[in-house]
Amino acid sequence: MNKIWLIISREYLVRVKKKSFIVMTILGPILMAALLVTPTILSMQDQQNRLVALSEKNIEFLEPLNKIENTKFTIITDEELELLKKDFSQTEYYAVLDKDKDQFYLLSDQQISLSVKRSIADKIEKIIERNKLKLAGIDLKVLESSVTEINIQTKIITLDGENINSSTEGSMGIGFITGILIYMFIFMYGTMVMRGVIEEKTNRIVEVIISSVKPFQLMMGKIIGVALVGLTQFILWIVLTMALAALAELLLFNPNELISQANSAENTEIMSKITNLIGGINFMQIILCFIFYFISGYLLYSSLFAAVGSAVDAEADTQQFVVPITVPLLLAIMLIQPVMDNPDGTLAFWMSMIPFTSPVIMMVRLPFGVENWELFISMLSIITGFVATTFLAAKIYRTGILMYGKKISYKELWKWLSYKG
Amino acid sequence: MADLILEVNDVVKVYGDYTALNKVNISIPKGSIYGLLGPNGAGKTTLMRIINQITAPDSGSVIFNGEKLQGKHISMIGYLPEERGLYKKMKVGEQALYLAQLKGMTYSEALSKLRYWFKRFKIIEWWPKKVEELSKGMAQKIQFIVTILHEPKLLIFDEPFSGFDPINASIIRDEIVNLRDKGTTIIFSTHRMESVEEICDHIALINNAETILEGSIENIKNKFDNKQFEVTINEDNLLESQEYTIVNQVHNVFNLTINDNFTQKDVIKSINEKHEIILLKKHTPSIEEIFIKAIGNE
Repeated sequence: MNKIWLIISREYLVRVKKKSFIVMTILGPILMAALLVTPTILSMQDQQNRLVALSEKNIEFLEPLNKIENTKFTIITDEELELLKKDFSQTEYYAVLDKDKDQFYLLSDQQISLSVKRSIADKIEKIIERNKLKLAGIDLKVLESSVTEINIQTKIITLDGENINSSTEGSMGIGFITGILIYMFIFMYGTMVMRGVIEEKTNRIVEVIISSVKPFQLMMGKIIGVALVGLTQFILWIVLTMALAALAELLLFNPNELISQANSAENTEIMSKITNLIGGINFMQIILCFIFYFISGYLLYSSLFAAVGSAVDAEADTQQFVVPITVPLLLAIMLIQPVMDNPDGTLAFWMSMIPFTSPVIMMVRLPFGVENWELFISMLSIITGFVATTFLAAKIYRTGILMYGKKISYKELWKWLSYKG
Repeated sequence: MADLILEVNDVVKVYGDYTALNKVNISIPKGSIYGLLGPNGAGKTTLMRIINQITAPDSGSVIFNGEKLQGKHISMIGYLPEERGLYKKMKVGEQALYLAQLKGMTYSEALSKLRYWFKRFKIIEWWPKKVEELSKGMAQKIQFIVTILHEPKLLIFDEPFSGFDPINASIIRDEIVNLRDKGTTIIFSTHRMESVEEICDHIALINNAETILEGSIENIKNKFDNKQFEVTINEDNLLESQEYTIVNQVHNVFNLTINDNFTQKDVIKSINEKHEIILLKKHTPSIEEIFIKAIGNE
């Protein structure tokens, strides 16, 4: 036991001290924070005030158009319009709105932003629509009172008769993100285990080590050490991302503005929308299951990756063995969409029971609600699954690490399974 | 029979349809340097892996120091495999400490012993370097230190001199003899027959998964005594006689074989009666000759 700890701590420390680990750990959250903050910055920059000139004959649109945010409209005479059409560079105007017969034109010396074009078109459309309705004799008050907006609230009735707000959109989002995260974790750290095994084999240190410890101890020490590296990186990412996002918010937004925003009615509305989106989801269950499937899925696959690493002499030879391992993982990713469409269907059920796809698929299903017995069987099946793969992988591993210069086939691997300790 | 540190009895190891060891028997006396010889693919490495418990025999038994070989013996055995290496990116000192602790030593014990050996080999300045900065010979020295550091009762060296220049090879050879003198038993596998002759007390010859020869160097040489003499006399002509047969002649130097039913004494007496003997030398076969002959007989 003492020896396996030595191995775990070496595997962990060597990787955590690596420059690439430190760079990735710092860069990851910066990229994530950039992803979160960039849209806000972009939308803020878009809020500059523009001045748009409107030709005299379009004066009827002036008032409604001025309701468009961040854009001011002024009327110009036809002479001014003619001048502008010839030379636009010397004016303060962002664009000129003109009309020729039934066609509207926006003239500018630069590419007009899509949002400006769309909001102008929307306004003009509405005005013309209303004018036509008025001409047809329809009372505008009647029209306004007829506008309705329907929002269906979905609710789940639990066993104790309580109604819980539920949201399909929120469930899909959470299911998708957690499923993808598990896939990434398994793949990244599984290949890390494989590379570690190949390194020991090509360095020829493996026989020195297994004269002191059992091959199984070396393999498990590596798998657990790398798992801890993965957990460390994820935790650091989450902590650093949150810290960076908080910092960015402090720097970019005026704190007073923040407080006033928080008090505004609009904000409470957003808050209640968010609560509606995720209100029905059992977060405690999702977090616990995420950790469980995270670890068990990784254990299941990383022992197979270790076996592949032991069977080859160089990373270039791994392809033929890695492909069959990644196929079930890719299949799980491709099945996310169909499972979301029907989270309680036969496909979803079986894919969340088979240990090779269940880590991803079960995480996708969970936010929609999964029966406890299903969860229980799925967990039992993945535990059985990783015990079995670890057992088989260990047999291949202990033969493979001592084989050099031999091209390994599947038939050969099959034979290794029958060798006695 | 002498006190044995290791007994291998009827050990069989089969990989699929390939037999690596077929009822191999060897007995290693305490405090000896035991040469394990044999052509490539004879099964030496498999035998060494079994002794190190890297792999288990299909049948047969291994007795270490009077007990059945088991997990607790790992720390009493040191093994320098033929395929050996170090983590390239790790620092020398850090790595030596790690490997020593894996053998069951405590951190402080490992540290003080490593310091002693690094100073003895005058390589203490390598301690903070990365292994990839060292030459092959330098790395081999570190592996040698790590193998013997925990003062095992039994040391197993597979081709210990490969990668060393003659000066360093002789340093290592002296250390091996030194360890034997302190009571350590050494199993030693090599293709360099002259080093076997120099330092081994006992040998075993393995061929095609079987032991074909085992015992002390002396006994084996006696067994392979080809009853040949080299005699130099005062003239170019040696008379034929019933006690011996002349194999060849160069000037006044003759190679003779003792004929059956006669002894060394009879031959000397017979020559002495008719000629004046200037030089008489018994021809002992070298280990290399024995090796080739024994395998040729198979």
